[in-house]
Amino acid sequence: MRDFDLVRPASVAEAAAAFAASGDAAYLAGGHTLIPAMKARLRAPETLVDLSRLPGLTGVTRDGDRLWVGALTTHAAVAEDATVEAAIPGLSALALLIGDPQVRAKGTLGGVIANNDPAADYPAACLALDATIVTDRAEYGAGDFFQGMFATALSDGEIVTRVGFRVPTASAYAKFRHPASRYAVAAVYVARFTDGVRVAVTGAGPGAFRWTEAEAALTASFDAGAVAGLTLEDGDLSSDIHCSAEYRAHLCGVMLAQAVEGSING
Amino acid sequence: MKFGVGQSVKRVEDHRLLTGGGRFTDDTAATLYATTLRSPYGHARIVSIDTAAAKAVPGVVAVYTHADVAHLGVVPCLVPLSGPVTTPRYMLTGDVARFVGDGIAFVVAETREAARLGAEAIEVDYAELPAVGSIEAALAHDAPKIWEAAASNSLFEWNAGNADTAKAGIDAAAHVTRLRIVQNRVAPTSMEVRAAVGSFDDGKYTLVFGGQGVASAQQQVAKIMGVEPEQMRIVQGDVGGGFGMKAFLYPEYILVLHAAKDLGRPVKWTGDRGDAFQSDTHGRAMVSDAALGFDADGKITALQVETWSDLGAYQAQFGPAIQTFAGGRIMGGVYRIPAIHNRVHGVVTNCTPVDAYRGAGRPESAYVMERLIEAAARELGLGVDEIRRRNLLTPEELPHDNGIGLTFDIGNFPAVLAKAQVQADWDGFAARKDAAARKGLRYGRGMAYYVEIAGGGSTEEWADVRVASDGIVEVAVGTQSNGQGHETAYAQVVSERLGIDADQIRIVQGDTDRLNQGNGTGGSRSMAWGGAACQVAADDMVERGRALAAADLGAEVDYSEGVFSARGTNRTLSLGELATAHPGGLDGRSSFKPAKPAPAFPNGCHIAEVEVDPATGKINVARYSLVDDFGTLVNPMLVEGQIHGGIAQGLGQVVLENVAYDDDAQLLTGSFMDYGIPRADDMPDAIGFDTLGTPSPTNPLGVKGCGEAGTIGAMPSVMNAIIDALDGTQLEMPATPEKLWRVCRSLELRQAAE
Repeated sequence: MRDFDLVRPASVAEAAAAFAASGDAAYLAGGHTLIPAMKARLRAPETLVDLSRLPGLTGVTRDGDRLWVGALTTHAAVAEDATVEAAIPGLSALALLIGDPQVRAKGTLGGVIANNDPAADYPAACLALDATIVTDRAEYGAGDFFQGMFATALSDGEIVTRVGFRVPTASAYAKFRHPASRYAVAAVYVARFTDGVRVAVTGAGPGAFRWTEAEAALTASFDAGAVAGLTLEDGDLSSDIHCSAEYRAHLCGVMLAQAVEGSING
Repeated sequence: MKFGVGQSVKRVEDHRLLTGGGRFTDDTAATLYATTLRSPYGHARIVSIDTAAAKAVPGVVAVYTHADVAHLGVVPCLVPLSGPVTTPRYMLTGDVARFVGDGIAFVVAETREAARLGAEAIEVDYAELPAVGSIEAALAHDAPKIWEAAASNSLFEWNAGNADTAKAGIDAAAHVTRLRIVQNRVAPTSMEVRAAVGSFDDGKYTLVFGGQGVASAQQQVAKIMGVEPEQMRIVQGDVGGGFGMKAFLYPEYILVLHAAKDLGRPVKWTGDRGDAFQSDTHGRAMVSDAALGFDADGKITALQVETWSDLGAYQAQFGPAIQTFAGGRIMGGVYRIPAIHNRVHGVVTNCTPVDAYRGAGRPESAYVMERLIEAAARELGLGVDEIRRRNLLTPEELPHDNGIGLTFDIGNFPAVLAKAQVQADWDGFAARKDAAARKGLRYGRGMAYYVEIAGGGSTEEWADVRVASDGIVEVAVGTQSNGQGHETAYAQVVSERLGIDADQIRIVQGDTDRLNQGNGTGGSRSMAWGGAACQVAADDMVERGRALAAADLGAEVDYSEGVFSARGTNRTLSLGELATAHPGGLDGRSSFKPAKPAPAFPNGCHIAEVEVDPATGKINVARYSLVDDFGTLVNPMLVEGQIHGGIAQGLGQVVLENVAYDDDAQLLTGSFMDYGIPRADDMPDAIGFDTLGTPSPTNPLGVKGCGEAGTIGAMPSVMNAIIDALDGTQLEMPATPEKLWRVCRSLELRQAAE
């Protein structure tokens, strides 16, 4: 990879200042997307602002109907956290399905959602769990935050600090993994709340999205039968050498049913 | 003897390798770093190359293009089958880029990064040419030609057996099973990517690279560089996987030497994973039309196979031999086939050159035959075990001339089959299928009876012994471990012979200054010939010691456990004492060459059972069992490890691995994001492994070679199991979830319509 300057700020404010001071900076959290991209020479930032040692951005707290997860909390930490497991076991299960042990040991929640890879797992959880995404400058609802492939509401240099997931009465994530990369080919997060059901899909299209027909059907009747036969229009879905859009559309239906079953059976 | 032959001794090299003590090529110091600029096009004329900007990049010390290295000639194809048509692979291509990854320029700089920046600064004006990205495209009647001098992209035809009798046998058959079988192109994906370090000092070159043997490389590289072999030292340290792919020379190995001499400093080239996917030789890549005839009793009458083998853009060093000499002669396996004919066409495409990959032609032949025989069983209404029992050669029929160049010497194939069925709980299959059906899963079973040619080719091997004053016996071998555990296995052979413990033995390899004779590792040959050479070398050393000790002690001596004892006295001399008294007196080089050189034929029966989820097409290999005849086992644990790894690579090709090119011959699978290789959870939960050995008469240890066998058995057994789970629907590798889902869906639709 190309040479770069490494900055290790002591606070979020210092980090943002360092980012602004450089003409061409990138934030480094877990680095499991950025570093491979730099090694492949797809990215060559002049400055890396290392967020990974910033204090106060890790850990989990429960506050009423919100589960707050610090942006630098690793996937492994989320998967193992007792508070997460007690509040939203579906989120624990999702974290355990990300990548492999090495990725989970380094990769972070904030890094994933700021990058918004269309096949990443957390964006589906954020959408289905009605997450609030807090940054050093603003707060976003998940629906406003994710804006399509690798695009978010974040402005230049803005830092995600924590994410508040709304605690559902039941939820589950079902994922069909890409045979090579192990990202999601098609994955569905189903979350049931007292006031309705939210369903989000990731991997199948150019970005995570909510599946409103599934939400309506499940809000009316929360069982797999209610969504049997429900399909997505494959015209909006991705197609590549591994999986056609038609297959992805089919898998979304299967994953939806599995997630509903998972929510019911815990 | 706790370290002798037949013991599952733990690997002596593991502590070193697992604690960072390994010494791989990239661990070799250099002061200059190189990178190769590769063609991004499958087929393009190189109009011009401007290196001025690259040379101006700070740190860049040299940029070489074809004109600078044309005098070095080509990486030679060692088995050209194309007659007067040649496919010269220059160290850097000058006129035309013929595949994505073809080397255009070699940049040397003070740092790796500067070399990369230099490569990026080179301006190449390419004129894209029509490209062929597949065998079908290459054979189309208006296909663009890759080599102008050739009549077409089909460069040669090779035949084995008798076309007339095979045709007659098919024509007269009561039943003929016909299949078109595709074997996908795969990438060897060694854990350690290729690398090379070249230096030139005092009139002598040194080349360090991860290979599969030093002696042949010394001869070849010296010739290319225009020096005597003595002026070319080849060193190979620890090697992280080769699988055949590392047995050959690559342009970078020559380029680092040229640059080192030119610049007067050692030069290191270390590829990255992208270089590996583009420029490491690929494997398999072929299409076959096959016909298998049967009489009314389900006995084979004839086999006809016609294969189009994708050679890639250039005939690789051993490329044309893979589907011909290496694998084409074992088509048909160890079945009784009265008439057989195998025709192979060598076809060039705008893809990476293809060469040996774990099994080198034998897995391909076994895959064709084992797919055919299970398809035939289904068509004839016979069990897949029954059809094999009727057609496998019996011990009474051996030795058997297979009609296409091989004589099977020894084995008990029906007994191995029967034992494998027990190992696999053959009779419990129906219950397991029912249990899977209750979970909504399709369930299938596939079998493969494979045979392999091991230790063929060069049967001579060397071992060079030195005994130090502390009694440590150092044995240099002419083969090259790529991670298989040779340090352990050879030490067991020597320990057995000398009666001394393993910590008194040191196995060394990979340095022509120490041993410049040997035929390297490949074709599952090391233990048969390298092991035999170690035996002879140990015996020869004892004889030298006996003479010295007898003179010193003034009496006839006996040797036991590292000590010579004068008969009838209590006077002794240890190996260390003798070595101290006679420095070098115990040392010497020995070789082994069988009186009648012949390959060994490891064989065995693999049985796979798979579950397929019709809702998603996801596959799970639920059970895997095998019984192999490897002759004598030197270290059963190492053998089993070879089997596990071999199965992973066979299974990987069946369900995951696939090198994909588009119609413009653009490589679509250039990283592990798109090229899937098996992880632990893709493997069967357990592999039931057993052996039923008949020692090979070809070598003194009686070993048959086990390195490639797992892959050979796994490809057809797993695929046959998938086909069985799909009610006999024939499909091709890789059996991806989407393919399986589509088949499951059409089977359901068909069932619903009935």
